[in-house]
Amino acid sequence: MAAASGHSNILLTTLDKGMRWARTRSMWPATFGLACCAIEMMATGAAHNDLARFGMEVFRASPRQADLMIVAGRLSQKMAPVLRQVYDQMPEPKWVISMGACASTGGMFNNYALVQGVDQIVPVDVYVPGCPPGPQSLMHGILTLHDMVMSGEAAR
Amino acid sequence: MSNPPDIVTGELEATGVERPPAGALEERELWLSGTEAAAGMGRWTGEGPQEMAPGDAGIALAGQMGSLVDDDYIGEERVPTGAETQIINMGPQHPATHGVLRLNLELDGETIRRVKPVIGYLHTGMEKTAETLTYAQGSTNVTRMDYLSPFHNELAFSLAVEQLLGVEMPPRAKAIRILMTELNRIASHLVWVATQGMDVGALSMMLYGFRDREPILDFFEKTTGLRMNHNYIRPGGVAADLPDGWEEDVAGILAGVPKGLADYETLLTENPIFLDRTQGVGVITPAECKALGVTGANARAAGVAWDLRKAFPYSGIEEYDFEVPTGIHGDVYDRYLVRMAEMRQSLRIVAQAAERMPPGDYRTDDRKVTPPPRARLDQSMEALIHHFKIFTEGFKVPEGEVYQAVESPRGELGMYLVSAGGSKPWRLHVRAPSFANVQALPVMLADSLIADTIATLASLDPVLGDVDR
Amino acid sequence: MTEETGVTEETLAGEAPAVLTEDPVLAGLAGEFPNAGFEAARGHDIARVGPAEVAGFVDAARRAGFDYFLDLCAVDHLDRRPQRYEVVVNLVDPRRPVRLLVKVALEGPDPVMPSLTGVFPGANFYEREAFDLMGVRFEGHPDLTRILLPEEWEGHPLRKDAPVGSVPIQFKESEAR
Repeated sequence: MAAASGHSNILLTTLDKGMRWARTRSMWPATFGLACCAIEMMATGAAHNDLARFGMEVFRASPRQADLMIVAGRLSQKMAPVLRQVYDQMPEPKWVISMGACASTGGMFNNYALVQGVDQIVPVDVYVPGCPPGPQSLMHGILTLHDMVMSGEAAR
Repeated sequence: MSNPPDIVTGELEATGVERPPAGALEERELWLSGTEAAAGMGRWTGEGPQEMAPGDAGIALAGQMGSLVDDDYIGEERVPTGAETQIINMGPQHPATHGVLRLNLELDGETIRRVKPVIGYLHTGMEKTAETLTYAQGSTNVTRMDYLSPFHNELAFSLAVEQLLGVEMPPRAKAIRILMTELNRIASHLVWVATQGMDVGALSMMLYGFRDREPILDFFEKTTGLRMNHNYIRPGGVAADLPDGWEEDVAGILAGVPKGLADYETLLTENPIFLDRTQGVGVITPAECKALGVTGANARAAGVAWDLRKAFPYSGIEEYDFEVPTGIHGDVYDRYLVRMAEMRQSLRIVAQAAERMPPGDYRTDDRKVTPPPRARLDQSMEALIHHFKIFTEGFKVPEGEVYQAVESPRGELGMYLVSAGGSKPWRLHVRAPSFANVQALPVMLADSLIADTIATLASLDPVLGDVDR
Repeated sequence: MTEETGVTEETLAGEAPAVLTEDPVLAGLAGEFPNAGFEAARGHDIARVGPAEVAGFVDAARRAGFDYFLDLCAVDHLDRRPQRYEVVVNLVDPRRPVRLLVKVALEGPDPVMPSLTGVFPGANFYEREAFDLMGVRFEGHPDLTRILLPEEWEGHPLRKDAPVGSVPIQFKESEAR
């Protein structure tokens, strides 16, 4: 028996690690393209940059099948309730990447129409800077998130 | 005033499905006459702003835009079944709406009876922000509007400001502007062909379109520093000269894109599934285009021979040799053909611009808008002060109002600029092409099948940043 | 390039302005609408009409060939002009081609003008936008509701006396975060 031989702790940590590994290797994003950044998000998923290398090419149309929400673009006051609802529909565990300056802080549009940062609406794990961030930036953000999930920093 | 448009009808032949004969669309008269039309308009009232009340089936079937839609080119007659209709909601978070467009659809079985587009989910307040930025900063703002054609946004804004200033661009600045905007048109249409293919089920088009767009974006990045949202075309010229080795880059694009286009045509043009999904779908007539303000490739596919590059030429485009392809049937398939032909025409313009690229300065030497050269700052106190004033206070623009439009990949992109004499615009109104094009969806979609919504929407090529601004 | 396009003192005083246009179609319209003022500007013609006759004028212009409806926007001049608001309708005669901007000056603080949806259905979205952002009311518009902003929004942000800055986030339903 494992308990008798004192190896149960080792078995448990390995399972946890294995789960984290599995989560990072098939982290399916929800399609939440809003503005300019969505085009770069599509470019990241398309042939040249090939997000499939990280097991993430399956952009899910339904939030109920998604693990990761990439908020790509500026979030208007009118869209904010929709964003929150989509986030609430995603099953745990779930992560959020705020892509671009507008999503992170409102960017250059500090006016009546925009939410000044999506972290007022949903918890954000990784902020990707840029206007818009290039595919390499987004991939860097995604890999950062993977590292955080692996290390347990972004555990849910 | 310039010459009337020089239009060439492309080789657009009907294949497969029965489609309306050429000229039939002209006969569909939009206007009943005076008061009747006004009375008919009342039929699509009574709906809340965000919801679509169940309509009276007896009168609402003619479409939301009044009694315009009597077309039935889809083949069989789709008479009302008399059954109860249902209203479904599509978007704003939907993979096929190209962003955050929301549609309310009233369905009778599988037939769409009425459509109501609900927009504003990407409203950014750019027209208000423009009033807080100087003219030099203005193109930073507008470039983020229609994010698939940022150069056209910058060009329209810059031309408007330059008209008020009364400065003339040097030939090289004009040629660079034409080169960049026409390359941008190709890049934008490549995204359109990628999404159009994907939305009707040809998923590999998505990969091909984005693959072939990358060399153009690489060139943009090399020239402007950014792949999108360049802020490169500014009032007074362009931000920087073309980089070393630009000739090879442009030559590579000119050689590469036609190969891609040939591939797409092999995949799509005679593909029976594609023909079934697109021919006779989403039909709009020339009269409807004009009444609804539909411009660009969508209007040209219906036979409206209207292209601002020919009608109101800007930035020296009248010196280039190109043709304006127009369609006949006004359906999704003709929009496909017209845009494919437009990419080839844009390649012609790019080749001419690269060939004749005149030497000289890439921005005006008018010291009112252009800062003094860097070397002068070390020698002249006045130059330093002038430099400082241009970048802090901004240059002042004489009082006046101007409307300047350019032909963006989506249609007429116009800027109505009001200056009160200060260094910031008093009011900037953007005539966004997608805004009017989305307005035509109810006309295009009424009495068609629900599956055609996706194909029609993709063929309209709306950019929601352009719709909502 | 530098010709004057602003309102001249004569038009502000309400006197019948001289017809400056050489366009024959516009000259015909000028005969039909004696109160309208015409002038030529940078690349387009301008017609100034009062709110009472704008619908008739636009309809006449449509019949005279200006049948391509392109744009409608509202401008808030605040205290720059005696009449605070101005609506600009953008029409094109695609056959020649000639662009015509129809400018309608409206009194504040609650500007009203007749809707053009009966003439051009394309005015639908544009009038809703002008209503939403500038607060111009279009009488006879079948569905004059907010189009870009949330329907429970208060105020009209593009008016000059409206602040630019950010406002607190508005939620419809989700109370708790």
